[in-house]
Amino acid sequence: MANIISDETIEYVGILAKLELSAEEKEQAKADMGRMLDYIDKLGELDTTGVEPLSHVFPVQNVFREDVVTNSDMREELLGNAPEQKDGMFMVPRTFE
Amino acid sequence: MSITDMTAVEVAAAIRAGKMTAVEAAEAMLARIEEQDKRYNCYVTVDRAGALAQAREVQAKIRAGELTGPLAGVPVAVKDNMCTEGLLTTCSSKILGNFVPAYTAEAVLKLKEAGAVILGKTNMDEFAMGSTTETSAYGVTRNPWNTGHVPGGSSGGSAAAVAAGECCYALGSDTGGSIRQPASYCGVVGMKPTYGTVSRYGLIAYGSSLDQIGPLTKDVTDCAAVLEAIASHDEKDSTSVERQDTDFTSALVEDVKGMRIGIPNDYLGDGLDEEVKAAVLKAAADLEGKGAVVERFDLSLVEYAIPTYYTIAAAEASSNLERFDGIKYGYRTEAYAGLHSMYKKSRSEGFGEEVKRRIMLGSFVLSSGYYDAYYLKALRVKALIKKAFDEAFAKYDVILGPVAPTTAPELGYSLLDPIRMYLGDIYTIAVNLAGLPGISLPCGIDKNGLPIGLQLIGDCFQEKKLIQTAYTYERLRGGFPSGKDQEINSPEPDEKEECRHE
Repeated sequence: MANIISDETIEYVGILAKLELSAEEKEQAKADMGRMLDYIDKLGELDTTGVEPLSHVFPVQNVFREDVVTNSDMREELLGNAPEQKDGMFMVPRTFE
Repeated sequence: MSITDMTAVEVAAAIRAGKMTAVEAAEAMLARIEEQDKRYNCYVTVDRAGALAQAREVQAKIRAGELTGPLAGVPVAVKDNMCTEGLLTTCSSKILGNFVPAYTAEAVLKLKEAGAVILGKTNMDEFAMGSTTETSAYGVTRNPWNTGHVPGGSSGGSAAAVAAGECCYALGSDTGGSIRQPASYCGVVGMKPTYGTVSRYGLIAYGSSLDQIGPLTKDVTDCAAVLEAIASHDEKDSTSVERQDTDFTSALVEDVKGMRIGIPNDYLGDGLDEEVKAAVLKAAADLEGKGAVVERFDLSLVEYAIPTYYTIAAAEASSNLERFDGIKYGYRTEAYAGLHSMYKKSRSEGFGEEVKRRIMLGSFVLSSGYYDAYYLKALRVKALIKKAFDEAFAKYDVILGPVAPTTAPELGYSLLDPIRMYLGDIYTIAVNLAGLPGISLPCGIDKNGLPIGLQLIGDCFQEKKLIQTAYTYERLRGGFPSGKDQEINSPEPDEKEECRHE
Protein backbone atom coordinates (compact mmCIF):
# COMPACT_ATOMS: atom_id res chain seq x y z
CA MET A 1 0.00 0.00 0.00
CA ALA A 2 1.52 3.29 -1.08
CA ASN A 3 -0.56 5.50 1.18
CA ILE A 4 0.12 4.88 4.87
CA ILE A 5 -2.39 6.71 7.02
CA SER A 6 -0.96 7.69 10.40
CA ASP A 7 -2.78 7.66 13.73
CA GLU A 8 -2.55 11.45 13.75
CA THR A 9 -4.26 11.71 10.38
CA ILE A 10 -7.14 9.44 11.41
CA GLU A 11 -7.48 11.39 14.63
CA TYR A 12 -7.59 14.68 12.68
CA VAL A 13 -10.06 13.40 10.08
CA GLY A 14 -12.24 12.08 12.91
CA ILE A 15 -12.38 15.63 14.33
CA LEU A 16 -13.30 17.09 10.91
CA ALA A 17 -15.91 14.40 10.32
CA LYS A 18 -17.30 14.63 13.88
CA LEU A 19 -16.98 10.88 14.29
CA GLU A 20 -15.69 8.99 17.30
CA LEU A 21 -14.15 5.71 16.20
CA SER A 22 -13.24 2.81 18.44
CA ALA A 23 -9.64 1.53 18.37
CA GLU A 24 -10.72 -1.27 16.07
CA GLU A 25 -12.65 1.07 13.77
CA LYS A 26 -9.62 3.36 13.58
CA GLU A 27 -7.39 0.53 12.35
CA GLN A 28 -10.04 -0.43 9.78
CA ALA A 29 -10.42 3.21 8.69
CA LYS A 30 -6.64 3.55 8.24
CA ALA A 31 -6.55 0.49 6.01
CA ASP A 32 -9.70 1.47 4.05
CA MET A 33 -8.59 5.03 3.47
CA GLY A 34 -5.11 3.95 2.43
CA ARG A 35 -6.54 1.56 -0.13
CA MET A 36 -9.00 4.14 -1.47
CA LEU A 37 -6.26 6.75 -1.80
CA ASP A 38 -4.02 4.27 -3.62
CA TYR A 39 -6.87 3.78 -6.01
CA ILE A 40 -7.66 7.49 -6.35
CA ASP A 41 -3.96 8.19 -7.00
CA LYS A 42 -4.61 6.73 -10.45
CA LEU A 43 -5.91 10.19 -11.38
CA GLY A 44 -2.29 11.38 -11.10
CA GLU A 45 -1.58 9.56 -14.39
CA LEU A 46 -3.60 12.22 -16.22
CA ASP A 47 -2.10 15.57 -17.12
CA THR A 48 -4.71 18.14 -16.15
CA THR A 49 -2.54 21.22 -16.58
CA GLY A 50 -4.71 24.09 -17.75
CA VAL A 51 -7.97 22.16 -17.25
CA GLU A 52 -10.52 24.16 -15.27
CA PRO A 53 -12.20 22.21 -12.43
CA LEU A 54 -15.79 21.41 -13.46
CA SER A 55 -18.15 21.68 -10.51
CA HIS A 56 -21.41 22.04 -12.42
CA VAL A 57 -22.10 20.42 -15.78
CA PHE A 58 -24.22 23.30 -17.08
CA PRO A 59 -23.12 26.93 -17.19
CA VAL A 60 -25.58 28.05 -14.50
CA GLN A 61 -24.98 30.98 -12.22
CA ASN A 62 -26.41 31.68 -8.80
CA VAL A 63 -30.17 31.43 -8.87
CA PHE A 64 -31.98 34.06 -6.85
CA ARG A 65 -35.59 34.49 -5.83
CA GLU A 66 -37.43 37.02 -3.71
CA ASP A 67 -37.10 36.39 0.00
CA VAL A 68 -40.77 35.85 0.74
CA VAL A 69 -42.33 33.21 2.94
CA THR A 70 -44.31 30.70 0.89
CA ASN A 71 -44.75 27.85 3.37
CA SER A 72 -46.96 27.72 6.43
CA ASP A 73 -45.85 27.77 10.06
CA MET A 74 -44.80 24.17 10.66
CA ARG A 75 -43.39 24.80 14.11
CA GLU A 76 -45.13 21.90 15.86
CA GLU A 77 -44.31 19.36 13.15
CA LEU A 78 -40.69 20.45 13.02
CA LEU A 79 -40.23 20.46 16.77
CA GLY A 80 -41.91 17.07 16.87
CA ASN A 81 -38.81 15.54 15.29
CA ALA A 82 -36.40 17.00 17.84
CA PRO A 83 -34.75 14.52 20.22
CA GLU A 84 -35.41 17.02 23.04
CA GLN A 85 -37.45 20.19 23.12
CA LYS A 86 -38.58 22.67 25.75
CA ASP A 87 -40.89 25.69 25.58
CA GLY A 88 -41.01 25.59 21.78
CA MET A 89 -37.25 25.41 21.43
CA PHE A 90 -34.65 22.76 20.61
CA MET A 91 -32.84 21.52 23.72
CA VAL A 92 -29.07 21.27 23.32
CA PRO A 93 -26.33 20.31 25.77
CA ARG A 94 -24.72 23.17 27.68
CA THR A 95 -22.37 24.86 25.20
CA PHE A 96 -20.28 26.93 27.59
CA GLU A 97 -19.53 26.88 31.27
CA MET B 1 -55.13 -10.49 -16.10
CA SER B 2 -54.12 -9.84 -12.50
CA ILE B 3 -53.18 -6.28 -11.59
CA THR B 4 -49.76 -7.51 -10.45
CA ASP B 5 -49.02 -8.44 -14.08
CA MET B 6 -50.20 -5.13 -15.56
CA THR B 7 -48.11 -2.07 -16.35
CA ALA B 8 -48.91 1.28 -14.70
CA VAL B 9 -50.43 2.68 -17.87
CA GLU B 10 -52.61 -0.46 -18.26
CA VAL B 11 -53.84 -0.19 -14.66
CA ALA B 12 -54.73 3.49 -15.16
CA ALA B 13 -56.59 2.64 -18.38
CA ALA B 14 -58.57 -0.09 -16.60
CA ILE B 15 -59.50 2.36 -13.83
CA ARG B 16 -60.51 5.01 -16.36
CA ALA B 17 -62.66 2.45 -18.19
CA GLY B 18 -64.37 1.53 -14.90
CA LYS B 19 -63.04 -2.06 -14.99
CA MET B 20 -61.46 -1.58 -11.58
CA THR B 21 -61.25 1.20 -9.01
CA ALA B 22 -58.19 2.87 -7.55
CA VAL B 23 -59.21 1.40 -4.20
CA GLU B 24 -59.26 -2.13 -5.63
CA ALA B 25 -55.86 -1.52 -7.22
CA ALA B 26 -54.39 -0.35 -3.89
CA GLU B 27 -55.99 -3.25 -2.00
CA ALA B 28 -54.58 -5.77 -4.46
CA MET B 29 -51.08 -4.32 -4.12
CA LEU B 30 -51.29 -4.20 -0.31
CA ALA B 31 -52.41 -7.84 -0.28
CA ARG B 32 -49.49 -8.75 -2.51
CA ILE B 33 -47.07 -6.92 -0.16
CA GLU B 34 -48.62 -8.62 2.85
CA GLU B 35 -48.21 -12.01 1.24
CA GLN B 36 -44.77 -11.61 -0.31
CA ASP B 37 -42.68 -8.93 1.32
CA LYS B 38 -41.42 -11.21 4.06
CA ARG B 39 -39.45 -12.95 1.32
CA TYR B 40 -38.04 -9.86 -0.34
CA ASN B 41 -38.09 -7.01 2.22
CA CYS B 42 -38.63 -4.37 -0.48
CA TYR B 43 -40.34 -1.96 1.92
CA VAL B 44 -39.10 -0.18 5.03
CA THR B 45 -42.56 1.27 5.67
CA VAL B 46 -45.94 0.23 4.28
CA ASP B 47 -48.63 2.90 4.62
CA ARG B 48 -51.77 0.77 4.41
CA ALA B 49 -54.23 3.25 5.87
CA GLY B 50 -52.73 6.21 4.02
CA ALA B 51 -52.75 4.37 0.69
CA LEU B 52 -56.40 3.39 1.01
CA ALA B 53 -57.39 6.94 1.99
CA GLN B 54 -55.49 8.36 -1.00
CA ALA B 55 -57.07 5.75 -3.28
CA ARG B 56 -60.58 6.73 -2.21
CA GLU B 57 -59.82 10.40 -2.77
CA VAL B 58 -58.23 9.76 -6.18
CA GLN B 59 -61.11 7.51 -7.25
CA ALA B 60 -63.60 10.28 -6.46
CA LYS B 61 -61.59 12.73 -8.57
CA ILE B 62 -61.37 10.26 -11.46
CA ARG B 63 -65.12 9.73 -11.29
CA ALA B 64 -65.67 13.50 -11.25
CA GLY B 65 -63.47 13.85 -14.33
CA GLU B 66 -60.87 15.94 -12.47
CA LEU B 67 -58.08 13.37 -12.91
CA THR B 68 -57.65 12.01 -16.41
CA GLY B 69 -53.89 11.43 -16.77
CA PRO B 70 -52.13 8.18 -17.72
CA LEU B 71 -51.13 7.38 -14.12
CA ALA B 72 -54.29 8.37 -12.22
CA GLY B 73 -55.17 5.85 -9.52
CA VAL B 74 -52.01 3.76 -9.93
CA PRO B 75 -50.19 2.54 -6.78
CA VAL B 76 -46.52 3.53 -6.54
CA ALA B 77 -43.61 2.87 -4.17
CA VAL B 78 -41.18 5.65 -3.22
CA LYS B 79 -37.53 5.21 -2.26
CA ASP B 80 -37.03 6.00 1.42
CA ASN B 81 -34.73 8.97 0.77
CA MET B 82 -37.59 11.15 -0.49
CA CYS B 83 -39.48 13.10 2.15
CA THR B 84 -43.16 12.29 2.56
CA GLU B 85 -45.20 14.47 4.88
CA GLY B 86 -46.39 12.58 7.93
CA LEU B 87 -44.79 9.32 6.75
CA LEU B 88 -41.58 7.93 8.24
CA THR B 89 -38.53 8.61 6.02
CA THR B 90 -35.45 6.75 7.21
CA CYS B 91 -32.96 6.74 4.32
CA SER B 92 -32.49 3.16 5.59
CA SER B 93 -30.37 4.62 8.40
CA LYS B 94 -30.61 4.30 12.16
CA ILE B 95 -29.89 8.02 12.43
CA LEU B 96 -33.26 8.80 10.79
CA GLY B 97 -35.09 5.88 12.39
CA ASN B 98 -37.82 8.15 13.80
CA PHE B 99 -37.85 10.99 11.24
CA VAL B 100 -41.31 12.09 10.09
CA PRO B 101 -40.97 14.90 7.52
CA ALA B 102 -43.15 18.00 7.68
CA TYR B 103 -43.23 18.29 3.89
CA THR B 104 -43.22 16.18 0.74
CA ALA B 105 -40.50 16.02 -1.92
CA GLU B 106 -41.39 17.88 -5.12
CA ALA B 107 -41.09 14.75 -7.32
CA VAL B 108 -43.54 12.92 -5.06
CA LEU B 109 -45.90 15.92 -5.10
CA LYS B 110 -45.83 15.82 -8.91
CA LEU B 111 -46.87 12.16 -8.81
CA LYS B 112 -49.66 12.96 -6.38
CA GLU B 113 -50.91 15.67 -8.73
CA ALA B 114 -51.00 12.96 -11.41
CA GLY B 115 -53.20 10.84 -9.13
CA ALA B 116 -50.63 8.40 -7.77
CA VAL B 117 -51.40 6.36 -4.65
CA ILE B 118 -48.33 5.96 -2.43
CA LEU B 119 -48.08 2.47 -0.96
CA GLY B 120 -44.98 3.03 1.15
CA LYS B 121 -41.27 3.62 1.26
CA THR B 122 -38.73 1.25 -0.21
CA ASN B 123 -35.49 -0.09 1.20
CA MET B 124 -32.14 1.17 -0.03
CA ASP B 125 -28.47 1.25 0.81
CA GLU B 126 -28.04 3.56 3.81
CA PHE B 127 -28.05 7.15 2.47
CA ALA B 128 -27.86 5.60 -1.03
CA MET B 129 -24.23 4.59 -0.39
CA GLY B 130 -23.84 1.13 -1.81
CA SER B 131 -24.64 -0.98 -4.84
CA THR B 132 -26.50 -3.91 -3.30
CA THR B 133 -29.07 -2.65 -0.71
CA GLU B 134 -27.07 -4.60 1.87
CA THR B 135 -25.96 -1.52 3.83
CA SER B 136 -29.54 -0.76 4.94
CA ALA B 137 -30.08 -0.58 8.70
CA TYR B 138 -33.39 -2.38 8.12
CA GLY B 139 -32.22 -5.66 6.61
CA VAL B 140 -31.22 -6.66 3.10
CA THR B 141 -33.62 -6.73 0.17
CA ARG B 142 -33.61 -9.94 -1.87
CA ASN B 143 -33.75 -10.27 -5.64
CA PRO B 144 -37.14 -11.64 -6.74
CA TRP B 145 -35.42 -13.60 -9.54
CA ASN B 146 -33.42 -15.51 -6.95
CA THR B 147 -33.59 -14.68 -3.27
CA GLY B 148 -29.98 -15.78 -2.77
CA HIS B 149 -28.86 -12.77 -4.82
CA VAL B 150 -28.85 -9.00 -4.23
CA PRO B 151 -31.34 -6.75 -6.06
CA GLY B 152 -28.60 -4.19 -6.74
CA GLY B 153 -28.60 -0.73 -5.27
CA SER B 154 -28.92 1.71 -3.96
CA SER B 155 -32.57 1.77 -5.18
CA GLY B 156 -32.79 -2.02 -4.64
CA GLY B 157 -36.09 -1.95 -2.76
CA SER B 158 -37.75 0.04 -5.55
CA ALA B 159 -36.42 -2.24 -8.32
CA ALA B 160 -37.31 -5.42 -6.42
CA ALA B 161 -40.81 -4.11 -5.60
CA VAL B 162 -41.50 -3.50 -9.31
CA ALA B 163 -40.08 -6.92 -10.24
CA ALA B 164 -42.05 -8.71 -7.52
CA GLY B 165 -45.34 -7.06 -8.44
CA GLU B 166 -45.46 -5.25 -5.07
CA CYS B 167 -46.14 -1.91 -6.80
CA CYS B 168 -46.96 -0.86 -10.37
CA TYR B 169 -43.91 1.40 -10.59
CA ALA B 170 -41.49 3.12 -8.25
CA LEU B 171 -39.31 6.17 -7.81
CA GLY B 172 -35.59 5.77 -7.24
CA SER B 173 -32.58 8.07 -7.17
CA ASP B 174 -29.34 7.67 -9.10
CA THR B 175 -26.01 9.15 -7.97
CA GLY B 176 -23.65 6.69 -9.68
CA GLY B 177 -25.99 4.09 -11.17
CA SER B 178 -28.44 3.59 -8.31
CA ILE B 179 -31.51 3.37 -10.59
CA ARG B 180 -30.01 1.73 -13.68
CA GLN B 181 -28.01 -1.01 -11.96
CA PRO B 182 -30.82 -2.39 -9.72
CA ALA B 183 -33.18 -2.15 -12.72
CA SER B 184 -30.70 -4.32 -14.62
CA TYR B 185 -30.32 -6.84 -11.77
CA CYS B 186 -34.11 -7.12 -11.32
CA GLY B 187 -35.12 -7.21 -15.00
CA VAL B 188 -37.05 -3.93 -15.05
CA VAL B 189 -36.68 -0.55 -16.78
CA GLY B 190 -34.90 2.30 -14.97
CA MET B 191 -34.01 5.77 -16.09
CA LYS B 192 -31.73 8.49 -14.78
CA PRO B 193 -32.76 11.75 -16.46
CA THR B 194 -30.47 14.65 -17.37
CA TYR B 195 -29.21 16.41 -14.22
CA GLY B 196 -31.72 19.09 -13.21
CA THR B 197 -34.75 17.56 -14.98
CA VAL B 198 -36.47 16.35 -11.80
CA SER B 199 -36.44 18.56 -8.70
CA ARG B 200 -34.25 17.34 -5.84
CA TYR B 201 -36.27 19.34 -3.30
CA GLY B 202 -37.04 16.93 -0.47
CA LEU B 203 -34.57 14.30 -1.67
CA ILE B 204 -32.16 13.66 1.21
CA ALA B 205 -28.86 14.70 -0.35
CA TYR B 206 -25.89 12.39 -0.92
CA GLY B 207 -23.78 13.81 -3.78
CA SER B 208 -25.68 16.91 -4.79
CA SER B 209 -23.87 17.49 -8.09
CA LEU B 210 -24.70 13.92 -9.15
CA ASP B 211 -28.07 13.01 -7.56
CA GLN B 212 -31.11 12.72 -9.79
CA ILE B 213 -34.54 11.15 -9.23
CA GLY B 214 -36.04 8.86 -11.86
CA PRO B 215 -38.54 6.07 -12.59
CA LEU B 216 -38.31 2.29 -12.17
CA THR B 217 -41.02 0.65 -14.27
CA LYS B 218 -42.16 -2.53 -15.99
CA ASP B 219 -41.66 -1.18 -19.50
CA VAL B 220 -40.48 1.79 -21.55
CA THR B 221 -44.00 3.20 -22.00
CA ASP B 222 -44.45 3.47 -18.24
CA CYS B 223 -40.97 4.97 -17.94
CA ALA B 224 -41.84 7.78 -20.37
CA ALA B 225 -45.20 8.42 -18.67
CA VAL B 226 -43.66 8.62 -15.19
CA LEU B 227 -40.78 10.84 -16.31
CA GLU B 228 -43.28 13.16 -17.99
CA ALA B 229 -45.18 13.41 -14.70
CA ILE B 230 -42.20 14.13 -12.45
CA ALA B 231 -40.09 16.43 -14.67
CA SER B 232 -40.57 20.03 -13.61
CA HIS B 233 -38.82 23.32 -13.13
CA ASP B 234 -38.72 24.03 -9.41
CA GLU B 235 -37.57 27.28 -7.83
CA LYS B 236 -36.90 25.40 -4.60
CA ASP B 237 -34.04 23.50 -6.28
CA SER B 238 -31.46 25.96 -7.60
CA THR B 239 -30.06 23.32 -9.98
CA SER B 240 -33.47 22.67 -11.53
CA VAL B 241 -33.48 23.27 -15.29
CA GLU B 242 -36.33 24.89 -17.20
CA ARG B 243 -37.22 22.56 -20.09
CA GLN B 244 -39.94 22.80 -22.70
CA ASP B 245 -39.44 19.30 -24.13
CA THR B 246 -40.83 17.15 -21.34
CA ASP B 247 -43.56 15.48 -23.43
CA PHE B 248 -41.56 12.26 -23.23
CA THR B 249 -44.42 9.95 -24.23
CA SER B 250 -44.35 11.54 -27.71
CA ALA B 251 -41.05 9.67 -28.22
CA LEU B 252 -42.71 6.24 -27.91
CA VAL B 253 -42.15 5.66 -31.62
CA GLU B 254 -40.97 2.40 -33.17
CA ASP B 255 -38.28 3.70 -35.47
CA VAL B 256 -34.48 3.80 -35.32
CA LYS B 257 -33.80 4.34 -39.03
CA GLY B 258 -30.63 6.39 -39.29
CA MET B 259 -30.16 6.55 -35.49
CA ARG B 260 -26.40 6.71 -34.93
CA ILE B 261 -25.45 4.32 -32.14
CA GLY B 262 -21.90 4.10 -30.76
CA ILE B 263 -20.60 1.20 -28.69
CA PRO B 264 -17.51 2.14 -26.65
CA ASN B 265 -14.80 -0.51 -27.03
CA ASP B 266 -13.82 0.43 -23.47
CA TYR B 267 -17.22 -0.91 -22.28
CA LEU B 268 -16.57 -4.37 -23.69
CA GLY B 269 -13.13 -5.06 -22.24
CA ASP B 270 -11.70 -6.91 -19.25
CA GLY B 271 -14.06 -7.76 -16.44
CA LEU B 272 -17.18 -7.93 -18.59
CA ASP B 273 -19.01 -11.24 -18.29
CA GLU B 274 -19.19 -13.08 -21.64
CA GLU B 275 -22.92 -13.72 -21.43
CA VAL B 276 -23.62 -10.06 -20.64
CA LYS B 277 -21.42 -9.02 -23.56
CA ALA B 278 -23.17 -11.40 -25.97
CA ALA B 279 -26.66 -10.21 -24.92
CA VAL B 280 -25.71 -6.53 -25.27
CA LEU B 281 -24.13 -7.04 -28.71
CA LYS B 282 -27.18 -9.03 -29.81
CA ALA B 283 -29.39 -6.07 -28.83
CA ALA B 284 -27.13 -3.75 -30.87
CA ALA B 285 -27.39 -6.10 -33.86
CA ASP B 286 -31.18 -6.14 -33.52
CA LEU B 287 -31.27 -2.34 -33.63
CA GLU B 288 -28.92 -2.36 -36.62
CA GLY B 289 -31.35 -4.72 -38.34
CA LYS B 290 -34.05 -2.07 -37.88
CA GLY B 291 -31.97 0.57 -39.64
CA ALA B 292 -29.78 2.04 -36.89
CA VAL B 293 -26.19 2.84 -37.82
CA VAL B 294 -24.09 0.98 -35.25
CA GLU B 295 -20.35 1.57 -34.80
CA ARG B 296 -17.63 0.80 -32.27
CA PHE B 297 -15.48 3.64 -30.96
CA ASP B 298 -13.01 4.52 -28.21
CA LEU B 299 -14.61 6.66 -25.50
CA SER B 300 -11.39 6.85 -23.42
CA LEU B 301 -10.90 7.74 -19.72
CA VAL B 302 -13.35 5.02 -18.62
CA GLU B 303 -11.04 3.66 -15.90
CA TYR B 304 -10.74 7.14 -14.36
CA ALA B 305 -14.47 7.56 -13.78
CA ILE B 306 -14.64 5.50 -10.57
CA PRO B 307 -11.79 7.22 -8.67
CA THR B 308 -13.15 10.60 -9.82
CA TYR B 309 -16.62 9.70 -8.67
CA TYR B 310 -15.62 8.39 -5.25
CA THR B 311 -13.58 11.52 -4.54
CA ILE B 312 -16.39 13.90 -5.51
CA ALA B 313 -19.25 11.86 -4.02
CA ALA B 314 -17.41 11.31 -0.72
CA ALA B 315 -16.54 15.03 -0.51
CA GLU B 316 -20.14 16.07 -1.11
CA ALA B 317 -21.44 13.38 1.26
CA SER B 318 -19.18 14.51 4.09
CA SER B 319 -20.54 18.02 3.66
CA ASN B 320 -24.21 17.04 3.17
CA LEU B 321 -24.25 14.68 6.13
CA GLU B 322 -22.96 17.33 8.54
CA ARG B 323 -26.60 18.21 9.17
CA PHE B 324 -27.14 15.00 11.15
CA ASP B 325 -26.08 16.33 14.53
CA GLY B 326 -28.69 14.99 16.95
CA ILE B 327 -30.33 18.38 17.52
CA LYS B 328 -33.22 19.16 15.19
CA TYR B 329 -34.21 15.65 14.14
CA GLY B 330 -32.99 12.10 14.12
CA TYR B 331 -31.06 9.99 16.58
CA ARG B 332 -29.36 11.42 19.68
CA THR B 333 -27.06 9.30 21.81
CA GLU B 334 -28.11 8.45 25.38
CA ALA B 335 -25.03 9.46 27.31
CA TYR B 336 -22.59 12.23 26.49
CA ALA B 337 -20.36 14.83 28.08
CA GLY B 338 -20.99 18.19 26.45
CA LEU B 339 -21.94 19.34 22.97
CA HIS B 340 -19.09 17.90 20.91
CA SER B 341 -19.31 14.55 22.61
CA MET B 342 -23.05 14.52 21.80
CA TYR B 343 -22.37 15.28 18.12
CA LYS B 344 -19.68 12.65 17.80
CA LYS B 345 -21.46 9.89 19.68
CA SER B 346 -24.82 10.49 17.97
CA ARG B 347 -23.19 10.35 14.54
CA SER B 348 -20.93 7.39 15.32
CA GLU B 349 -23.81 5.33 16.72
CA GLY B 350 -26.33 6.50 14.11
CA PHE B 351 -24.36 5.99 10.89
CA GLY B 352 -23.41 2.60 9.48
CA GLU B 353 -19.99 1.43 8.36
CA GLU B 354 -20.12 2.36 4.66
CA VAL B 355 -21.51 5.83 5.44
CA LYS B 356 -18.74 6.49 7.96
CA ARG B 357 -16.14 5.24 5.48
CA ARG B 358 -17.29 7.77 2.88
CA ILE B 359 -17.61 10.64 5.37
CA MET B 360 -14.03 9.99 6.52
CA LEU B 361 -12.71 9.86 2.96
CA GLY B 362 -14.67 12.98 2.02
CA SER B 363 -13.42 14.91 5.05
CA PHE B 364 -9.87 13.93 4.14
CA VAL B 365 -9.99 14.95 0.46
CA LEU B 366 -11.49 18.31 1.44
CA SER B 367 -9.00 19.00 4.23
CA SER B 368 -6.40 21.70 3.79
CA GLY B 369 -3.25 20.33 2.24
CA TYR B 370 -5.15 17.64 0.30
CA TYR B 371 -7.96 19.67 -1.30
CA ASP B 372 -5.99 20.54 -4.46
CA ALA B 373 -4.36 17.15 -4.86
CA TYR B 374 -7.55 15.15 -4.50
CA TYR B 375 -10.77 17.17 -4.75
CA LEU B 376 -9.73 19.74 -7.36
CA LYS B 377 -7.87 17.06 -9.30
CA ALA B 378 -11.09 15.02 -9.48
CA LEU B 379 -13.04 18.07 -10.71
CA ARG B 380 -10.44 18.57 -13.46
CA VAL B 381 -10.72 14.93 -14.54
CA LYS B 382 -14.49 15.33 -14.48
CA ALA B 383 -14.07 18.11 -17.06
CA LEU B 384 -12.03 15.74 -19.25
CA ILE B 385 -14.68 13.02 -18.95
CA LYS B 386 -17.38 15.49 -19.92
CA LYS B 387 -15.32 16.50 -22.96
CA ALA B 388 -14.90 12.85 -24.02
CA PHE B 389 -18.70 12.48 -24.01
CA ASP B 390 -19.14 15.76 -25.91
CA GLU B 391 -16.86 14.40 -28.63
CA ALA B 392 -18.76 11.10 -28.72
CA PHE B 393 -22.13 12.85 -29.03
CA ALA B 394 -20.83 14.88 -31.95
CA LYS B 395 -20.78 11.54 -33.80
CA TYR B 396 -23.57 9.52 -32.18
CA ASP B 397 -27.17 9.98 -31.03
CA VAL B 398 -26.96 7.20 -28.49
CA ILE B 399 -24.17 5.31 -26.72
CA LEU B 400 -24.98 1.64 -26.13
CA GLY B 401 -23.35 -0.75 -23.67
CA PRO B 402 -23.89 -2.97 -20.63
CA VAL B 403 -25.28 -1.57 -17.35
CA ALA B 404 -23.01 -3.65 -15.13
CA PRO B 405 -20.15 -6.11 -15.77
CA THR B 406 -22.14 -9.06 -14.39
CA THR B 407 -25.65 -10.06 -13.39
CA ALA B 408 -26.71 -9.79 -9.72
CA PRO B 409 -24.06 -11.16 -7.33
CA GLU B 410 -24.89 -13.41 -4.42
CA LEU B 411 -25.78 -11.83 -1.09
CA GLY B 412 -22.70 -10.99 0.97
CA TYR B 413 -20.22 -11.19 -1.91
CA SER B 414 -19.81 -7.44 -2.48
CA LEU B 415 -19.50 -6.51 1.19
CA LEU B 416 -16.23 -8.41 1.50
CA ASP B 417 -14.38 -5.87 -0.61
CA PRO B 418 -15.63 -2.28 -1.04
CA ILE B 419 -13.37 -1.56 -4.02
CA ARG B 420 -14.69 -4.60 -5.86
CA MET B 421 -18.23 -3.31 -5.24
CA TYR B 422 -17.22 0.14 -6.53
CA LEU B 423 -15.83 -1.45 -9.73
CA GLY B 424 -19.31 -2.79 -10.50
CA ASP B 425 -20.35 0.82 -11.23
CA ILE B 426 -17.83 1.28 -14.04
CA TYR B 427 -20.38 1.66 -16.88
CA THR B 428 -22.92 3.78 -15.02
CA ILE B 429 -20.86 6.25 -13.03
CA ALA B 430 -19.50 8.50 -15.81
CA VAL B 431 -23.08 9.29 -16.84
CA ASN B 432 -23.64 11.06 -13.50
CA LEU B 433 -20.32 12.89 -13.68
CA ALA B 434 -21.30 14.30 -17.09
CA GLY B 435 -24.95 14.97 -16.10
CA LEU B 436 -26.26 12.77 -18.93
CA PRO B 437 -29.49 10.76 -19.18
CA GLY B 438 -29.25 6.96 -19.20
CA ILE B 439 -31.78 4.15 -19.39
CA SER B 440 -31.47 0.49 -18.43
CA LEU B 441 -33.75 -2.20 -19.87
CA PRO B 442 -33.68 -5.99 -19.89
CA CYS B 443 -31.99 -7.66 -22.90
CA GLY B 444 -31.43 -11.25 -21.85
CA ILE B 445 -31.18 -13.90 -19.13
CA ASP B 446 -27.94 -15.63 -18.16
CA LYS B 447 -27.41 -19.33 -17.51
CA ASN B 448 -28.18 -18.83 -13.82
CA GLY B 449 -31.59 -17.46 -14.71
CA LEU B 450 -30.74 -13.84 -13.83
CA PRO B 451 -31.65 -10.87 -16.05
CA ILE B 452 -29.10 -8.90 -18.09
CA GLY B 453 -29.44 -5.14 -18.61
CA LEU B 454 -28.81 -3.00 -21.68
CA GLN B 455 -27.78 0.62 -21.10
CA LEU B 456 -28.45 3.46 -23.53
CA ILE B 457 -26.84 6.83 -22.82
CA GLY B 458 -27.82 10.11 -24.46
CA ASP B 459 -26.45 13.60 -24.61
CA CYS B 460 -27.88 16.11 -22.12
CA PHE B 461 -31.61 16.74 -22.73
CA GLN B 462 -31.83 13.90 -25.29
CA GLU B 463 -34.09 11.60 -23.26
CA LYS B 464 -36.42 11.33 -26.23
CA LYS B 465 -33.77 9.64 -28.37
CA LEU B 466 -33.21 7.16 -25.55
CA ILE B 467 -36.91 6.49 -25.13
CA GLN B 468 -37.39 6.03 -28.87
CA THR B 469 -34.43 3.64 -29.15
CA ALA B 470 -35.40 1.73 -26.00
CA TYR B 471 -39.02 1.48 -27.11
CA THR B 472 -38.01 0.18 -30.55
CA TYR B 473 -35.70 -2.39 -28.98
CA GLU B 474 -38.39 -3.45 -26.50
CA ARG B 475 -40.83 -4.10 -29.37
CA LEU B 476 -38.18 -6.12 -31.21
CA ARG B 477 -37.30 -8.10 -28.12
CA GLY B 478 -40.89 -8.90 -27.26
CA GLY B 479 -42.25 -9.66 -23.79
CA PHE B 480 -39.80 -10.23 -20.96
CA PRO B 481 -40.51 -12.45 -17.96
CA SER B 482 -40.98 -10.69 -14.61
CA GLY B 483 -39.17 -11.44 -11.38
CA LYS B 484 -42.54 -12.37 -9.94
CA ASP B 485 -42.74 -15.38 -12.27
CA GLN B 486 -39.44 -16.72 -10.96
CA GLU B 487 -40.63 -17.18 -7.39
CA ILE B 488 -40.93 -20.88 -7.91
CA ASN B 489 -37.17 -21.08 -8.57
CA SER B 490 -36.25 -19.21 -5.42
CA PRO B 491 -35.54 -20.90 -2.14
CA GLU B 492 -37.52 -19.59 0.81
CA PRO B 493 -35.20 -17.26 2.72
CA ASP B 494 -34.52 -18.72 6.14
CA GLU B 495 -34.07 -15.50 8.00
CA LYS B 496 -35.56 -12.05 7.78
CA GLU B 497 -34.84 -9.33 10.23
CA GLU B 498 -38.10 -8.15 11.65
CA CYS B 499 -37.61 -4.43 11.67
CA ARG B 500 -40.20 -3.00 9.37
CA HIS B 501 -42.23 -0.07 10.65
CA GLU B 502 -45.96 -0.13 10.05
